[in-house]
Amino acid sequence: MKKVLGVLLISLLTACASQTKQSDGADVEDRDRSRDAAMQRESKQAEDYTSPTLNPLTDPNSILSKRSIYFDFDSYVVKDEFRSLVAAHAKYLREHSNARVLLQGHTDERGSREYNLALGQRRADAVKYAMTLSGAQEGQIEAVSLGEEKPNAMGHDEAAWAENRRVDIRYQGE
Amino acid sequence: MLPTPSRSHKLSGSAAVLFFLWLVCSPVQAALNIEIFGGGANQIPVAIVPLAGEERLGAQSLTPVISADLQRTGLFKLVDTGGLRPHEPVEVSYPDWINRGASALAIGTAIPVSGGQISIRVRLLDVARQAELGSYVETVPPEQLRAAAHRIADMIYEKLTGDVGVFSTRIAYVIKQGKKYSLQVADADGFNAQPVIEYTEPIISPAWSPDGTRLAYVSFENKKPVVYVQTLATRTRKAVANFRGSNSAPAWSPDGKKLAVVLSVMGGSQIFLINSDGGGLQRLTQSSGIDTEPSFSPDGRYIIFTSDRGGSPQIYRMPVTGGASKVAERLTFEGSYNVSPRYSPDGKGFTFIHRSGDSFNVAIQDFATGQVRLLTDSKFDESPSFAPNGRMVLYATEIRRRGILSAVSSDGRTRQQLSTQAGDIREPAWGPLRRLQ
Repeated sequence: MKKVLGVLLISLLTACASQTKQSDGADVEDRDRSRDAAMQRESKQAEDYTSPTLNPLTDPNSILSKRSIYFDFDSYVVKDEFRSLVAAHAKYLREHSNARVLLQGHTDERGSREYNLALGQRRADAVKYAMTLSGAQEGQIEAVSLGEEKPNAMGHDEAAWAENRRVDIRYQGE
Repeated sequence: MLPTPSRSHKLSGSAAVLFFLWLVCSPVQAALNIEIFGGGANQIPVAIVPLAGEERLGAQSLTPVISADLQRTGLFKLVDTGGLRPHEPVEVSYPDWINRGASALAIGTAIPVSGGQISIRVRLLDVARQAELGSYVETVPPEQLRAAAHRIADMIYEKLTGDVGVFSTRIAYVIKQGKKYSLQVADADGFNAQPVIEYTEPIISPAWSPDGTRLAYVSFENKKPVVYVQTLATRTRKAVANFRGSNSAPAWSPDGKKLAVVLSVMGGSQIFLINSDGGGLQRLTQSSGIDTEPSFSPDGRYIIFTSDRGGSPQIYRMPVTGGASKVAERLTFEGSYNVSPRYSPDGKGFTFIHRSGDSFNVAIQDFATGQVRLLTDSKFDESPSFAPNGRMVLYATEIRRRGILSAVSSDGRTRQQLSTQAGDIREPAWGPLRRLQ
């Protein structure tokens, strides 16, 4: 019960706080607790819609609410159009030393699942590298790959594939 | 690897002539779900006579299972048994079977005995020599009938080919139904499926421990890939590779003590060795490219793996031991995409996925000659793995955008779709031979 209360408290804090102070104690590897917190917060978000102090990470008017970087076929080069997005998240990390992000690399569905996992890792690593160049600390960022396993678009054409070649940015607790 | 089907010396040398006669005398029966390529001149014509008492077993009949097992290998031609029903050797009229072109004949009985059990006796007869080649005797409970049929097929296969049968082995695969991913284990013919673990997040890359008691696999349940080892009998499991970054592509060493895994913890995707309980981390490959999909040689001295160090994904081989002298040797040169290598059980070659144009196909390459043979002509083949006797390759493919499992004989001549449940099936892995307990 104590733990449930703690999670609720954390989620209230993260939902309301304008300065998203990351909860202490739940590090990036502690997935179950952070997932619970994320679910709790989602249910809270509707109520807090009118809150005058919006979380910049979720405020639709903030560039930080944009969380996907898209890639060309067979490429892991972060394109110019996503430079400002990557830099904004790096700045946020720089200014919030307790903040942690998980970068999840993705590929389209063609080819070997394990090889695609490695290709997605390369994309996540490329974004991580760009963020550290912009001043984020290496220890704040974990780059992982989900390969072709979690497509955004379910189609089997170039339009769908282009949507699936991406890196998603997830903050701790999301 | 890849020998043409060799007929056992025990069989009459006139089988080919008899087979020709049979072709002339009887219409070729097309079996459901089975595509047979090539002439079939090397196929052994065998007759499987329904057992005495078998009609009482209904849906649990033995001979349809035996026939399907044998036919799936592509090494046998099933001879029509219509009108002839011998169950004991004295009832066999050999001239009739010679006329039908059968080289071998399986007959026998399945009789209910006390306690609801069924007493099974099957004899395999050489038609030309009019002699017994082998026999099978066992009393089983009804729920063991299907397993017994696989053991009978193993006996027939071994007597007629001189090779070990794999019909009593199991396969593992992942089935996606809606948002649910289920890692399942089934008999080699796709029946008797049992879930091992189920999640709403993806599961990939199941790998059998050499003794068949454990499965390693990659689960995404924690927002990133983590390698687990699960004991099938107890369902207990352990995260054996859960390092910072991605953890994937587990492959067992032949002694079952170590796993090769792919980790990004030290940058890139590189191959490492760990103990099967997760300890003893040791780096194996050292490249600036992607190194993934390791597979151990049967003697444990080498791994083959996919790497893009040369610009495109190709297959390489390197020694597992040997310190600084470990040099990777490139094995594939045809095309710009060769991935997912798996050693053959005899260590003389490997199967892999080769892309040409827009098609991804199962191929086999021989180490000695370097010769590549494409086994399929489908569009989206993935994850090939050898049967433990090296005679077939199990792989995932697609029919109308739905994932299914198929098996192809190592000579490419016979393909069969495995019985499939509803859902999207992928990531098959053929398990080891079952040792006697």
